[in-house]
Amino acid sequence: MKFIFDSNTWQEIFGSIGKNKTRTAITIIGVLWGIFIYIALAGAAKGLDNGFERAFESVAMNSMFVWAQSTSMPYEGYKTDRQLQLKLSDVATLQNRLPEIQYIAPRNAKGVFDGSPASVVKGMKSSTSPVYGDYPVYTKIATKKIYDGGRFINDEDIQQARKVAVIGERTQQDLFEKDENPIGNFIKVDNIYFQIIGVHKFVPGGGFESDTDIYIPYTTFKKLYNTGDNVDWLTIAAYNDADVVQAETNVKNVLKSIHKVNPKDERAFGAFNLGEIFNRITGFAKGLTFLSLIVGIATILAGVISIGNILLISVKERTKELGVRRALGATPAEVRNQIILESVFLTVIAGILGIILGAGVLKLIDVLTQGTDFPYTNPTLPIPYVLGALAIMIILGTLIGLIPAQRAVSIKPIDALREE
Amino acid sequence: MIEIKNLHKSYKMGSNSLHVLKGINFSVEEGELVAIMGSSGSGKSTLLNILGMLDELDEGSYDLDGVPIKNLNETKAAQYRNKFLGFIFQSFNLINYKSAVENVALPLYYQKVGRKERHEKALKYLEQVGLKEWATHLPSELSGGQKQRVAIARAMAAEPKVLLADEPTGALDSKTSYEVMDLIQKINDAGNTILVVTHEPDIADMCKRIVHLKDGVIVEDKKIEQVRASQYV
Repeated sequence: MKFIFDSNTWQEIFGSIGKNKTRTAITIIGVLWGIFIYIALAGAAKGLDNGFERAFESVAMNSMFVWAQSTSMPYEGYKTDRQLQLKLSDVATLQNRLPEIQYIAPRNAKGVFDGSPASVVKGMKSSTSPVYGDYPVYTKIATKKIYDGGRFINDEDIQQARKVAVIGERTQQDLFEKDENPIGNFIKVDNIYFQIIGVHKFVPGGGFESDTDIYIPYTTFKKLYNTGDNVDWLTIAAYNDADVVQAETNVKNVLKSIHKVNPKDERAFGAFNLGEIFNRITGFAKGLTFLSLIVGIATILAGVISIGNILLISVKERTKELGVRRALGATPAEVRNQIILESVFLTVIAGILGIILGAGVLKLIDVLTQGTDFPYTNPTLPIPYVLGALAIMIILGTLIGLIPAQRAVSIKPIDALREE
Repeated sequence: MIEIKNLHKSYKMGSNSLHVLKGINFSVEEGELVAIMGSSGSGKSTLLNILGMLDELDEGSYDLDGVPIKNLNETKAAQYRNKFLGFIFQSFNLINYKSAVENVALPLYYQKVGRKERHEKALKYLEQVGLKEWATHLPSELSGGQKQRVAIARAMAAEPKVLLADEPTGALDSKTSYEVMDLIQKINDAGNTILVVTHEPDIADMCKRIVHLKDGVIVEDKKIEQVRASQYV
């Protein structure tokens, strides 16, 4: 291996590949293009992956919403079309029966799916807001960013049914002066005074939430709107290792048994499975990564083969030169090593250029999509991928270089010299 | 220096074999300047190729400076060629993308001589052939005679035991031919052993000994009075 670190070897290689600059450049472009495609695709796939992940960061990935509808089958003496109602006691039952559930948050809402938004008044200013009755555990499932100085609903708020509210930043703008601190202030929600304990930051991310939402304790909501133990819907997060599709089925089955619904009734409970959708999206991103890997490697392979092809022609052209070298004392090993090293050198140079170009394009896309909705964040390519690609290129370059090298060696110096 | 006994060589041409050398006995002392003459097909090039270890003999023996040359693998042959022999070809065979000095330094590269020393030595030999100021020129920028002189410098650079010249003047006009022969004579005067394959009688007369080949055998081997090429230059 000593010859690799010998400056003389490199001088010879530069001499021979520098001889035909156009051809060398075209050869390099073949591999450069391959590695560029690989880097650009793999990086873009990673960027999309990161982008999707960021778009969903405010909600637990494996969460779902479950609500009650009406039955579509008669069961145990009940008629069909019975309107179902989730109850607070369902929460404990689900938690007891289903170990895969990590968090479960019952929610009530007014002015979201039904009813009209609550009127919110402070002094002379008024506004309307949807109102949610929540448990503290809700923030374990969906992150709520609260501005400094504020807090979300806590357990004592629930126990004492405190009249406290977390308001949205839009509501704050509507009701308060710019320099006025809303925390500790009072507003009237549907004619009842509430003390503001926090302002939540609105994160756009789909769904039905808005920047005017008001969160109050579940127990307070119950008193205010006289909803008893009714629950509008359940927000459920399964453990990370749980199968979220199976979890949805399990939850529905438990609910069906509680509410005496035909186990075959598909319409009794509705669900929106965020985890399933998220899995589909990440699956798409993974597929894209895999595809880019395949396409990239195939393109690299094509490029390397073209290098082998060019070197084969080059060896043919240089038959005489190689014969002269042999006559002057070049051993077959020296000739072979030189050709292989030329191949590897061309491949690696092309590869490095391709990586630089690919990284540049990724950066460009990143800059162009900054601040847009396009789910594309930080399109990095892990270093092992890059090193792996380089290793593949060195190996392929060597293997493909073996063909012309072997051919060069198989030419006897006498035949080489005879050739005109 | 060179000792050849009962050398036979034949080539397979399809189904029939062509017996090219039919028992050559031949020896060369150190410091000789030998012309090997013969018409085409006489086997003179084959003999030179065998002498140059570019081809293998079928039968007989070949000793070069006391070393038997037989059944060499390619690597060994390459090393021996590099150590013992310098080649001068009819078509010069310079590497066209290397400058004159780089061409001359090439055998030294295969001797693993360091770059600086290589360059100095190559310049020294270029100076000997009178082309020092052309050192950085590419072969395409040199005339035929200059190219052959670079090739001679290259053959000399490895300090071989024997110089083998295959029709060294074959591609040159008579004036440059004599210049090249003058150079070869001077190198011989310095004590180098040189074999020249040629079919031109005037070139052969400039050697000290003429070996005539015909149909694969030596028909004549005589020492002659050398004609100095310098009188024509």
